[in-house]
Amino acid sequence: MSSLTPTEIGSGHEGTIRDQITAYGQRLKNGEMGALPAVIALLALVVLFASLSPYFLTTLNFANLFVQAAQLTVLASALVFVLLLAEIDLSAGVTAGVGMALFVVLNQMMGINWIVAIIAALALGSLVGWVIGIFVAKIGVPSFVVTLGLFLGFQGLMLVMLGDGGLFRLDIPELKAIMNSNMPVAGGWIMLAVMVGVSLALGFYDRARRAKSGVANRPIALMLSRVALIAILGGIAVGAMSVNRSVSVVPIEGVPIVIPIVIGILFVGTFVLDRTTFGRHLYAVGGNPEAARRAGIKVAKIRITAFIICSTLAVVSGVLAASRIGAIESTAGRSIVLSGVAAAVVGGVSLFGGRGRLIHAAIGALVIAIIDNGLGLIGLPAGVNFLVTGAVLIAAATIDALSRKRSGGGVRV
Amino acid sequence: MDVPLIELSGVKKSFGPVDVLKGIDFKAYAGKVTALVGDNGAGKSTLIKGLSGVQPYDEGIVKFEGEEVHLHSPRQSGALGIEVVYQDLALCDNLDIVQNMFLGREELSQGTLDEGSMEFQATKALQSLSVRTVKSVRQKVSSLSGGQRQTVAIARSVLRNAKLVILDEPTAALGVAQTEQVLNLVRRLADNGIGVIIISHNLADVFQVCDSINVLYLGRMVASLKTSETTQSDVVGYITGTKTMEEVA
Repeated sequence: MSSLTPTEIGSGHEGTIRDQITAYGQRLKNGEMGALPAVIALLALVVLFASLSPYFLTTLNFANLFVQAAQLTVLASALVFVLLLAEIDLSAGVTAGVGMALFVVLNQMMGINWIVAIIAALALGSLVGWVIGIFVAKIGVPSFVVTLGLFLGFQGLMLVMLGDGGLFRLDIPELKAIMNSNMPVAGGWIMLAVMVGVSLALGFYDRARRAKSGVANRPIALMLSRVALIAILGGIAVGAMSVNRSVSVVPIEGVPIVIPIVIGILFVGTFVLDRTTFGRHLYAVGGNPEAARRAGIKVAKIRITAFIICSTLAVVSGVLAASRIGAIESTAGRSIVLSGVAAAVVGGVSLFGGRGRLIHAAIGALVIAIIDNGLGLIGLPAGVNFLVTGAVLIAAATIDALSRKRSGGGVRV
Repeated sequence: MDVPLIELSGVKKSFGPVDVLKGIDFKAYAGKVTALVGDNGAGKSTLIKGLSGVQPYDEGIVKFEGEEVHLHSPRQSGALGIEVVYQDLALCDNLDIVQNMFLGREELSQGTLDEGSMEFQATKALQSLSVRTVKSVRQKVSSLSGGQRQTVAIARSVLRNAKLVILDEPTAALGVAQTEQVLNLVRRLADNGIGVIIISHNLADVFQVCDSINVLYLGRMVASLKTSETTQSDVVGYITGTKTMEEVA
């Protein structure tokens, strides 16, 4: 397959499955753990809560869990784009709130079509991201300070827009359906088939392209087993959501509508990060801004774009939040942003920049949703929930710091 | 002798009232390793920044392959084939070797990153320099030693089809074995027909690998010598200013 002359320089793609597994073990030892600690925590929590509460593993709770995690997943994914630059956006939650406040003003107060109002809210999010980006990238104000200022200011702005203690019911059925309704059972299976099909197609496409360039490919079994894993886990999940999980006479079945939306966001985001020059440059700026600048990358442009993506996706999470509770409050989004950061960090996104993927944000969001859900089911007070979530976050950040030390990244300037 | 790859004549640069370069003449040839030595503040960095286009010279003529050129931006220098490997190497720790070597000039096919093609070329570039210390081109740079990093930074300039590679203190932070590796690499770079300029404080390294030595002293080129025709103590004399040449052409 390879047209390179025999040499000691490989690419890590050579060798048998056994070699690949050895190499993976080596990477773990070197501190490149990725989402592994979060996956282990996820499994441990599932086992723990399943043994403590008979309700935890019911199909109803299973579906609820994913819906609960959906909003947090989108917010955490939004934050990944700025966390990769070692920046932060503390205003993501309230930006979502302000976006939804604009939606209320346009749709409910002025009677503008809800789709137009949603687009306007998303545009406002982009504008906010652009402003943050200008302050951070062009003027040089630390993102922590800019977004802390917006965090405070936007709470006031929401009160101004919606009035004190304002709570507006969301009476657009299409929007409420996102978090509260399910696809037909067949829809879930079609979604899974599309996911498996796209994974396979991308896998074969990558192999063909590598082969054309004359470099080694990993054993095909590795790619196929990854797709098989998606098919099996997805099959179990879709299967569980396809049976009637209602506790009353009205049947509830099918995959919640929000799931394909979240998966779509994760797919597009991951595609951008992994396969486009923008994504590559984002990681480069997060890893070493000076090196990126010397390589001809427009660092300020990358930073501004990242903040635009973050704030816009944050408004999407705001739409999901509004859909779930069926209302928009003038205090929306105050507390959720820290859970979003926590989800990303728990999932394995580094606060030091340059390391992390969207799937990490999703896994982290699931961990936090499970803690919330499980502790609620076994009837512990809310205080315990915060304590446990806080402890998990510190544990995750510790793993990040230690693995960074191990891989030598923290030592060099 | 044939046409110099790069030729500076009467180059001047000042920052406000401070004249850093006071009319420098300098030549470097393709396939040769040319050393640029001098004490701190002699003007080495300023001379290099002019060549890289980061800080254009105020006055003087720059000829590249015999043609007069004007270097006003890193892009112009890069287009001519002048690459600078800075002391801090400017690599991204969180990216792998291939990603670093192609940073800022990624190859696309059908709109997405063509990893296979980039991997192939990166491997070829390393092979052309007979690099044996790198196990996989998909290693993260954070896992590399100082010498391997230097290797990657130098190979990156080869990948960019550099004609002139300027190395700023390439062995400053390296141990004995790694220094040896990097010096061998520098030699192979020149053997491949590339012109190399090395800035170094380490005269042992300079005498081991360089064909000629140019000494800067307080903004003037006080000596241009063939390595084979001089000694370390002479060069130290020029660097410290205790010895001067009658006139440098």
